[in-house]
Amino acid sequence: MKFSAYALLKNALTGSVWPEQWSSPEPRASYDVVIVGAGGHGLATAYYLASEHGIRNVAVLEKGWLGGGNTGRNTTIIRSNYLWEESQKLYEHAVKLWEGLSQELNYNVMYSPRGVMMLAHTLHDVQSAKRHIHANRLGGIDNEWLTPEQAQAFCPILNVGPNIRYPVLGAALQRRGGTARHDAVAWGYARAASKRGVHIIQNCEVTGIRRAPSGEVIGVETGKGFIGAKRVGVVAAGHTSVLMGMADVRMPLESYPLQALVSEPVKPVMPCVVMSNTVHAYMSQSDKGELVIGAGTDAYTSYSQTGGLHISAHTLDAICELFPVVRRMKMLRNWGGIVDVTPDRSPIIGKTPVEGLFVNCGWGTGGFKATPGSGHVFAHTLATGEPYAINAPFTLDRFLTGRLIDEAAAAAVAH
Amino acid sequence: MLLIDCPHCGPRPELEFRYGGEAHVARPAEPATVDDAQWMAFLYLRSNPKGLHFERWRHMSGCGRFFNCARDTVSDKILKTYPAGQARPSLEALGLAPVDHEVRA
Repeated sequence: MKFSAYALLKNALTGSVWPEQWSSPEPRASYDVVIVGAGGHGLATAYYLASEHGIRNVAVLEKGWLGGGNTGRNTTIIRSNYLWEESQKLYEHAVKLWEGLSQELNYNVMYSPRGVMMLAHTLHDVQSAKRHIHANRLGGIDNEWLTPEQAQAFCPILNVGPNIRYPVLGAALQRRGGTARHDAVAWGYARAASKRGVHIIQNCEVTGIRRAPSGEVIGVETGKGFIGAKRVGVVAAGHTSVLMGMADVRMPLESYPLQALVSEPVKPVMPCVVMSNTVHAYMSQSDKGELVIGAGTDAYTSYSQTGGLHISAHTLDAICELFPVVRRMKMLRNWGGIVDVTPDRSPIIGKTPVEGLFVNCGWGTGGFKATPGSGHVFAHTLATGEPYAINAPFTLDRFLTGRLIDEAAAAAVAH
Repeated sequence: MLLIDCPHCGPRPELEFRYGGEAHVARPAEPATVDDAQWMAFLYLRSNPKGLHFERWRHMSGCGRFFNCARDTVSDKILKTYPAGQARPSLEALGLAPVDHEVRA
């Protein structure tokens, strides 16, 4: 069934129940490709395998429910204003796919290019932001410098006064950046992939990766029994180290809880996304009216999906200083997700030392923005056995050769 | 927030400490003889276990000393802290059954 104004009207008049958006089949004995993890990146990979490469004998295995991990927990920020050329190409590839995604999937992912404004509070911030702007413009990516007055005009509730601990000295604005509806991204990809014959199997935890005596992968052990596969793609975010350990591959990853929180819903007050790496706070407003606030990671590795309260409190201190108008608002919920962080804060998308085993991981604190691009290049890698030009630099091998893509210093903590 | 028992100062709130990454990662004794794969393992590869983790902490706002800690990364419960330089405690000493936690070198 295709969503359209006509379908909506017809359904409203006839009062019929909308059909199931994706099927939940029992697994086959084997597949051409098995993807571990039904978050946005895994589902996008399955969709592009089916739509662009004609590989439809694909299963996406999920230990919980679809989109219930970091896809459902992030703060939905989309931007491509990274420092290095490799990163710019990867994230810009995703932004270009975001721009047409609702039409392509026939599912409203509510992509809203409302502008992402990154604040500068110190002389170093100003220099760093301007360096980013120049690097981005050389790479064909929009990014512009705003004075404090221009920043306040773009976001009227922003405090640009001189009397805060870290006054706003200016901002870098990417107008094409913005947000999207995180659940809709997972649902839209799931629906479009399922329509093309992909099996999405929820409540099916992978407990082992089976290899032939000659070393190559032949399938996965799951809660629903053994499932054969010619190729396996691990897209499991915070649990990647655990899964890759099943194939005896050690990863350059550490998993940390990253927290976010939302306020009670209010009328529109926040027309854009504002981020500050220095005081570590970022905020936008959802279409429901909640202020969506991103906090930091805990200091230590953990799989707890909670995180310490002082991390959220620290961010709220900064939010209250930057946006005094929200000081008396109540927070409705806070939560944590487990993010897999690489030493250079760039993802790993490609082959592994094990034949037939591929990995897409290391998106750290900022993977949501890359969802379409990540799925698109990883599908190419799984289909052909070789990386797409855009993800070729993002190998596991770069930690052996030393050709790191160091966005750690470039982008600080917030993504 | 964790309550961390510094082996030198006693229990203090997490804010007094700084996390120091995985413990018992030994720098190669003869760096000139080490190949790229071994450097990669030393610099970047981490066990990142879901379960028992041995890690370093430094008591920044106290004695300033590094020490080691055994913690469960699912519950975040700290099982034991011990001075730097000591061997990692056995599973029995941590009160764990060997089948529950696989320790990777």
